[in-house]
Amino acid sequence: MTPSYSGFLGRLDWDALPITGLIQNPNANEIVANAAAAIVLVGVVVVVSLLSWFRLWTPLWRDWLTSVDHKKIGIMYVVFAIVMLARGVLEGVVMRAQQAAGPGDGFLEAEHFAELFSTHGTIMIFFVAVPFVFGIANFVVPLMIGARDVAFPRLNQISLGLTVSSGMMLMVSLVVGRFSTGGWTAYPPYTGAAFNPGVGPDYWIWAIVVSGVGTTLTGINFAVTIYKMRAPGMTFMRLPMYCWTIICSSILIVFAMPPLGVAALLLAADRYLDFHFFTNDLGGNMMNYANLFWLFGHPEVYLLVLPAYGIYSEVFATFSAKRLYGYNSLVIATMSIAVLSFTVWLHHFFTMGQSALINAVFGIATMLIAIPTGVKVYDWMATLWRGRIRFSVPMLYGLAFLMLFVIGGLSGVILANPTVDYQVHNTLFLVAHFHNVLLPGVLFGLLAAYNYWFPKAFGFRLNEVWGRVSVALWTIGFLLTFMPLYFVGLMGMPRRSFSYDDPSFHPFMMVAIVGALVITCALFSVLIQLWVSIRDREKTRVPVGDPWDGRTLEWSIPSPPPPYNFAIIPTVTDRDDFAAAKDKGAAYPTPDAYEDIELPRNTGIGFVLCVLSGIWMFALVWWIWWLAALMTVLMILAVIVWTFDDSTELTIPAEEVRKDHEAWLARVHGEKAVDRDFETSPENRGLARPDLEAVT
Amino acid sequence: MKRAPTHSYPGINLGERHASAHKATEVVTFGFWVFLMSDLVYFGLMFAIYITMIDAQAGGPGPHELFDLKSIFAQTLILLTSSLTVGLAMLALKYNLPRARIVLWFGVTLLLGISFLVLEVRDFMAMAEQGGIPQRSGFLSAFFGLVPLHGLHVAAGCLWLIVLGIQLRMKGMTDVIISRVVRLALFWHFLDLIWIGIITIVYFGGLTYG
Repeated sequence: MTPSYSGFLGRLDWDALPITGLIQNPNANEIVANAAAAIVLVGVVVVVSLLSWFRLWTPLWRDWLTSVDHKKIGIMYVVFAIVMLARGVLEGVVMRAQQAAGPGDGFLEAEHFAELFSTHGTIMIFFVAVPFVFGIANFVVPLMIGARDVAFPRLNQISLGLTVSSGMMLMVSLVVGRFSTGGWTAYPPYTGAAFNPGVGPDYWIWAIVVSGVGTTLTGINFAVTIYKMRAPGMTFMRLPMYCWTIICSSILIVFAMPPLGVAALLLAADRYLDFHFFTNDLGGNMMNYANLFWLFGHPEVYLLVLPAYGIYSEVFATFSAKRLYGYNSLVIATMSIAVLSFTVWLHHFFTMGQSALINAVFGIATMLIAIPTGVKVYDWMATLWRGRIRFSVPMLYGLAFLMLFVIGGLSGVILANPTVDYQVHNTLFLVAHFHNVLLPGVLFGLLAAYNYWFPKAFGFRLNEVWGRVSVALWTIGFLLTFMPLYFVGLMGMPRRSFSYDDPSFHPFMMVAIVGALVITCALFSVLIQLWVSIRDREKTRVPVGDPWDGRTLEWSIPSPPPPYNFAIIPTVTDRDDFAAAKDKGAAYPTPDAYEDIELPRNTGIGFVLCVLSGIWMFALVWWIWWLAALMTVLMILAVIVWTFDDSTELTIPAEEVRKDHEAWLARVHGEKAVDRDFETSPENRGLARPDLEAVT
Repeated sequence: MKRAPTHSYPGINLGERHASAHKATEVVTFGFWVFLMSDLVYFGLMFAIYITMIDAQAGGPGPHELFDLKSIFAQTLILLTSSLTVGLAMLALKYNLPRARIVLWFGVTLLLGISFLVLEVRDFMAMAEQGGIPQRSGFLSAFFGLVPLHGLHVAAGCLWLIVLGIQLRMKGMTDVIISRVVRLALFWHFLDLIWIGIITIVYFGGLTYG
């Protein structure tokens, strides 16, 4: 392969801009592409002007970009995830619109449609689900285990930086050049240099590699945090269920991200250096890629859904005012799923030619996962049973999840049967299945978490009415969009096809586009909910910190929590330690003495690596070799220089901690406790009146 | 020479009077172990790729034409000796010997690491002369995906030795530096472990097969 680039700017030229396409060939396809690029540019301009207008650059840098506080890093992850979610949803709507345009060619070109499903999948998995899951975990886990921070706070900032810079590559690919058309799995040889000489697969590769490094570091960080940083007395069997799911998820990351890195880097070696790992000629073997990718890909779906299970466990317990039913079995089920998730990757290519025996083994292994999942569902139902249930927003998400997720799980068991899979693989049945587990499973869980822990993060509750509206819209939108896909899938409509000629698919596609529009409304309702809640924040403040009569340690501290989380590290004596303390009347104790607290000092290393790695990726995509080499050197130098810095800690004097904590304790004792029935009223200032009858 | 307490931390003993540093080192060292496990998966997969592609020679040169066991034997001796010298640096740390002793063993390790890399690159060049370049076949791609990946780790270890050597001289034996020394030693032993895999699977395995 002889590269056709000029030295300085590599293969970057005017044709890379979408506007060139619009000028040369104005049609609907180009207009959609240009509109998308324009949205990105307008978004950047709006954000930059708003920050300048309100003079927010300094606070942004001082309080956020250089912060190593796990709470702020968590919030930044979630903001990033929601921005990317908006793009992912809109892409889904455009795809549904294309198919609703009826049998025939629709309004998009095949290439453009392929880019849409590739970015949609890549974004939703790597830049919505993963950052959202670990954003919530970042915020919640140290608070739940009674720690002052994660094990490696600076590494945490670097992980965020790498995730954001690779997400930005996806945004850049809208404006400069084109993204891959190879789907989120980027199977070679189609994504190899022979069939796909453009920049698309390179955008995919580097975004995946860099965000993969970030995610791996996060996984290591959280495994170590939960393993080593638990408060005294918090044994593993007293660990909140959510933390169990996060530690399993982190272990999945530690072992499952390397296969993805290997797959992507070997594909890069094929494309850039003319290696022959996955090419058609000279001994390349595409099946190695399929194995590597799904060795990552299958654990990946469980590393996303397990934390959602954890969130539901907390939500069901809190809003039923009951101890979580079957804690031990839930722990065992979580661990079982984590282990089994590594034994089933082959079900992603039942039809690619291995023996019937192998298919049978992996089919059975796949079906086995339904057992621990079923255990979980029954445990959650038993938690609800005879609880004093409140239908708050997180609970409503939970209930929608319980019903819809079972359908998605069952369709998964159907797909696990190789003989059935031969019929429906690569049809929209499969698309319906994984959206059925990812939306009600992961996304609803994350939205429940967002509603549940928002008052902890910002000190005020989210608007209840708009919260309910968004639950309804997400649920209805999901049902309308994805249930029809089961039917057309069974009828044989292939996935990823930009056009079709069978008119019997059309009515289902019309229902699906209506659903997609409802989902768009659901997305907007989440944003409206945020807006309304910020507007009315004076009425919903919960400074005491326990708006839902919570059960675990994070509710025992002020909202928002101080930078050091706990004035005094608690000693844990019970699984639902805070609920037990409230039960005994021993909540909010006055400590005997305060100590100086050491916290990590702010650093810019994460931001520096974010910028450098962003430029590095861009240079590699466009073959600007001098710039890529320069960035490589700069990144190594940045890390080395950074390790020479010794003043990494700052001390908060005991006196200051005492003042803050005593002021808060005075507030706790001055506040009127609120019964659960008045939870959504302005009287709820975050001090719950324990409901003795319901504590079991 | 004082006897180490019986409950000393594996490879290092910061002592009870140093409880906070001891505890911090424990978390960081454990984190590094987890990182190494993740890295091990990388290598494990590259080994698997190599094994599946050993037949994919596409008419190009194979192990019998390309591998030079004499050079591999020399590299093995050098690398295993470097593990010994890192171990000696750790013992110097454990028994509070002068800092110069640690720097000395670091220096020897660095020299051994660099000689290993020189020999390895020489091998690659010799292979290239016989047509053994990664672009030639799937088998050679797999070889050059795995063995230089280990070499890259050795190079990173050498850079780490240099930087940490400078920091040792500049800052002395602070808690942070000691903890980094512990991790560097772990990393270096890990490289040896991978090398044992490489001589067994890549070289011996390659020569035994076919």
